[in-house]
Amino acid sequence: MAKLVAILATTHHPFFYKTSRLPAEEAPPFAADWVRKVEAYRETLTRAQPDVLVMVGSDHFHQLWLDNMPQFLVGKAPYYDGNWENEIREFGMPKLFFKGHEELSAYMLREGIDRGFDLAFSHELRVDHSITCPIFTVRPQNDLPIVPIYTNIFAPPLPRPERFVQLGKTIREIIDAWPSGMRVAVIGTGHLSLELGGPRQFGPHGPDPEFDAQAVEWIRDGDIDGVLSNVTLDSLHAPGNATHGFMDFMLMMGIAGYAKADYADNLDLFHTMEAYFTWYPDPSLLTEPPLTSKGALLR
Amino acid sequence: MSKYLVNKFLFTVDRDTALTERYREDPAGTVAWWEAEEANKILNCIDAERSTWLSFTEEERQALATHDHVALFGMGAHPFLTLTLWIAMFERDWDEPLGMQLDYAAKLAHVEQPYPDISC
Repeated sequence: MAKLVAILATTHHPFFYKTSRLPAEEAPPFAADWVRKVEAYRETLTRAQPDVLVMVGSDHFHQLWLDNMPQFLVGKAPYYDGNWENEIREFGMPKLFFKGHEELSAYMLREGIDRGFDLAFSHELRVDHSITCPIFTVRPQNDLPIVPIYTNIFAPPLPRPERFVQLGKTIREIIDAWPSGMRVAVIGTGHLSLELGGPRQFGPHGPDPEFDAQAVEWIRDGDIDGVLSNVTLDSLHAPGNATHGFMDFMLMMGIAGYAKADYADNLDLFHTMEAYFTWYPDPSLLTEPPLTSKGALLR
Repeated sequence: MSKYLVNKFLFTVDRDTALTERYREDPAGTVAWWEAEEANKILNCIDAERSTWLSFTEEERQALATHDHVALFGMGAHPFLTLTLWIAMFERDWDEPLGMQLDYAAKLAHVEQPYPDISC
């Protein structure tokens, strides 16, 4: 069976790429700390030595549109292009090109449908910054095949939080059952509290620091019951009008399955709190030396 | 209300650089042209398969034709679409980083929760 070597759940901040490349004299004061934290986080994936990446993200009205909107979609293509013209314009990110892993995509689709998720699929998908951002942060050499999975956190009506957790559990079952010798890592990106296009956007912190503090505890502790008893589709409006992206973190908690994170870090930035979590479901699969740090949230 | 059509306008204009510039320079003319020629195109379909029923309300037409992002927010246009297009059109007019985004937010400061429903 395949080996699930690492699960990474992280925010995706489209300005990291540009910020991390600024000369020191032009960089904002938080840049050095941000780069340091991202490089430390990158090590949590590197040491797992994955062969293939399952990438969970959400299309931001790039390829998926309101005339034909899937709730959950799996890419099944031999290759994927990445990033869109209006992302390049706004964020200064380059276009990317990915290899796909069609065998795992096909398995994910067949098994997902048979296990209760009528997954949509795409044979030609240009992935957006929800998937390219973590490549820039944790796998900048972009050398591994991917299986993209998109969730709808954007265009209501949305699936409920319970459904995201359940999909995460199902993805875990599917990877664990995949008849393959490959080492699989899952990387999912979402948001903590976030406001876009509303009165609370682009403040000195995320729009709801209290929610963020609670959210990172739920994730760090693998507290699925705690998060499900406190988070609903309605409640997610209060911390910020784009906070439904937190459901992608909940999906990743479903994959990790009640486990405490092995690495947990965060960084309070303008506009949003950054958060970086990694789980190692089977530490015996890791041959590299232990991490020198478990992140600021786990000392 | 035709929130869907407002969103379709924002979506199709934002992703086309020439159209973004045209909308910046001539909002009323662009909205009139778009409603007449583009509004009923089903994306990814040929012209013969156009829809036959989509049009703006006067309120929507006016909000788009005057670059009124506060009115668009109030009528439940998708805030991500509006913001992204506004950044493309107007960020260049500000010297300070995030100056445009903070001004955009300040103009919405009177808005209280719950925000307008964005489902179509």
